Amino acid sequence: MVTAFLFLMIGGVEALLIRAQLARPNQKLLTPEQYSQLFTMHGVTMIFLYALPVLSGFSNYLWPLLLGSRDMAFPRLNALSYWVFLFAGLFLYCSFPLGKAPDGGWFNYVPYASLAYNPGPNIDVYALGMVLLGISTTVGSINFIVTLARTRAPGMSINRVPVLVWGTVTASAGNLLAVPAVSLAFFMLFMDRQAGTHFFDSVSGGQPLLWQHLFWMFGHPWVYAIVLPAMGIVSDALPVFCRRPLVGYTAVALSTVSTMVLGFGVWVHHMFASGLPTLSLSFFSAASFVIVIPSAVAVFAWIATIWTGRPVFTAAFWFFAGFVLLFVIGGVSGFMTAAVPLDWQLTRTYFVIAHLHYVLIGINVFPVLGGICYWFPKVTGRFMNETLAKWSFWVMFVGFNTAFFPMHILGILGMPRRIYTYGDHLGWSTANLVISIGAFVFAAGLLLFLINVFRSFNHGAPAGANPWGAASLEWSTSSPPPVYNFAVIPIVASRYPLWEDMMDEGPERSSVGTGMLLDQGRETVGSTVLDAEPDVILRMPGDSYLPFLLSVAVTAVFVSLLLHSGWALGVTLLAAFVASVWWLWPLQALGQIQAQHE
Amino acid sequence: MSESVVSNGPLPIGSKGHLASGWWGMLALVFTEGALFAYLFFSYFYLALHSISEWPPNGAPHLNIAIPGTIILVAASVVVWWGERGIRRGKTRQLIMGLSGAIMLGTSFLAMQAVEWHNEPFKLGSSVYSSLYFTITGTHILHVIVGLLMMGVLLLWTVLGYFGAGRHAAVSIGAIYWHFVTVVWLVVFSVIYIVPRLG
Repeated sequence: MVTAFLFLMIGGVEALLIRAQLARPNQKLLTPEQYSQLFTMHGVTMIFLYALPVLSGFSNYLWPLLLGSRDMAFPRLNALSYWVFLFAGLFLYCSFPLGKAPDGGWFNYVPYASLAYNPGPNIDVYALGMVLLGISTTVGSINFIVTLARTRAPGMSINRVPVLVWGTVTASAGNLLAVPAVSLAFFMLFMDRQAGTHFFDSVSGGQPLLWQHLFWMFGHPWVYAIVLPAMGIVSDALPVFCRRPLVGYTAVALSTVSTMVLGFGVWVHHMFASGLPTLSLSFFSAASFVIVIPSAVAVFAWIATIWTGRPVFTAAFWFFAGFVLLFVIGGVSGFMTAAVPLDWQLTRTYFVIAHLHYVLIGINVFPVLGGICYWFPKVTGRFMNETLAKWSFWVMFVGFNTAFFPMHILGILGMPRRIYTYGDHLGWSTANLVISIGAFVFAAGLLLFLINVFRSFNHGAPAGANPWGAASLEWSTSSPPPVYNFAVIPIVASRYPLWEDMMDEGPERSSVGTGMLLDQGRETVGSTVLDAEPDVILRMPGDSYLPFLLSVAVTAVFVSLLLHSGWALGVTLLAAFVASVWWLWPLQALGQIQAQHE
Repeated sequence: MSESVVSNGPLPIGSKGHLASGWWGMLALVFTEGALFAYLFFSYFYLALHSISEWPPNGAPHLNIAIPGTIILVAASVVVWWGERGIRRGKTRQLIMGLSGAIMLGTSFLAMQAVEWHNEPFKLGSSVYSSLYFTITGTHILHVIVGLLMMGVLLLWTVLGYFGAGRHAAVSIGAIYWHFVTVVWLVVFSVIYIVPRLG
């Protein structure tokens, strides 16, 4: 998560450079080549290296706590996912100082990205880096799904898990279905460029549009993968500050899942302008309108929660409330571009840039920062400075809207995206200057937030186990939690285990003080999929260097591919195989081997 | 449902039977790999439908190697299933025979695929069709190789006496992958060899 934040800052600096260049007409701060690399890496960094990893970081830390477990189902897989993610990021960034970074935009359309029009190694770096990152995403997703299936506390049936869990597991399932599309697309592109195949080469009968199909079949579900867990954060934390349970838990959980299901049927709305048949456009336009419904369900649930609750106006509350507003604005502009004729007018303009920033920053960054305010006391045992956090919220909120709202207008005025400069007679100058100022204000707000985090880490006021009076299991253990999370495995009797006495809805009470002790080494309890009845005791492996070694080997495989080195490819593949077998070697201690008495 | 559940007596420890965490993990892996092949087939049909020349360029591929290959791969799946049935009743020898059989059959499948590749009149870069043909069958071959490595490692562990009636989760997990590779081949076979004959 810290790594994802570092990538956020790198991506942010790239954005500031872009905005500095665009602040005034006809500037020459950056060359066109530098500008192309910057906007591509800004997109790649924010979308792939920040937005999902930061949520996975949240979920990896919180899931065992939320589910009343001692660890994820595959702790070493977790480590593998992290290391591969880090190396994929470094892989992509190593090319930057050499001026060979990806430069085809984050969706990297052919034929711009074909060898004939882009002969340098830039696109190969992107292609291989994305396949490598796909491995990290996939193993991470598998871990979440199995963790949900296996390691919930006794009694935490599927209708009692927090909404963040719903969001993350939906995103993970979506990733498992969607990531192969983009890995395949990048692999085919790499083959086209380096092995002489013709998938996207229209001269030999290939189809450039195939790239767009494969990319967006992945790309749209991915958008939901990077917002649904963030929406889950809000659904779990906002009610705490409204002093009431979330309105419509079931509706919100189901809308989370149905958003993802529908999300697989709307990819063509990124391609309205590519000359597809009208029937297909109508279908995908209709699907894109329909997807508004589950989002609206969630929005109304949040509004109703605030409306009928007794809100406590903490910084976290402001971040969540701000998120709801930005989500509505981003949703409306999305709804507008779902209409085919309007999309033809607006596509490839700044209107789209405005929409996607409202959606991604609004639904990802604001909930994440609110989530940090909310869980900071749990993670560190200390409060963040409330005044400073509120200041940073307002600076960011004002900066954000100053930066991105005028982009709607610029888009309607026809300013195309991805141009590195523009003339001063086009009437775009004032809006661009305002946008650039807003971007710097937004960055200043984020900087304030980070200063707050660093200061509070050592100097914040001490917080107890449950400083917000929250309802879920993570607040039942001490702050910061011990490495084993729970000394006693809790038993869950309702959706809000720590609010049962206040809500008093039934005679049953969850138990966090008594339950299974499991004191023979690293153990946690395995439970059944739907009802979470305990059925097995899981032995967990200890800390290990193997995930690190395996990820080094896998990364080396991709470096060998980039360098076209056959022998290095063989050696690194062998190393990866040896590391995998060593990893999976059955151990008596983990109960994987036939014992003598059995 | 609180106290009563917990006092049901001692729970088994570790991977008992086949329902280990790894079993779920393998199902998820197979799910995402299945999606990968689905996208490959999507690309195949997409490019085939948009092709203006004859598809496949040299007519439908011959069946004289593909049909025996299909039978061999299905047989390789059957022997693993049989071996796994054996270990559930503690018969280590049956598992050893099943895994060895699978390795032999899988290796012969690979050899036949090598001959098939060698006999094709086109190379990887000849056309869109040849690009797809080699990429789809090549991806499947990679999966067969990974499956064979798994079977080899499982065979080693079985010979070392790691598995018995109560502990054989690794075998069941490896078997899922092996069956998956067979099922994918059946689809590859249908798409590449059968569908062009239907039109």
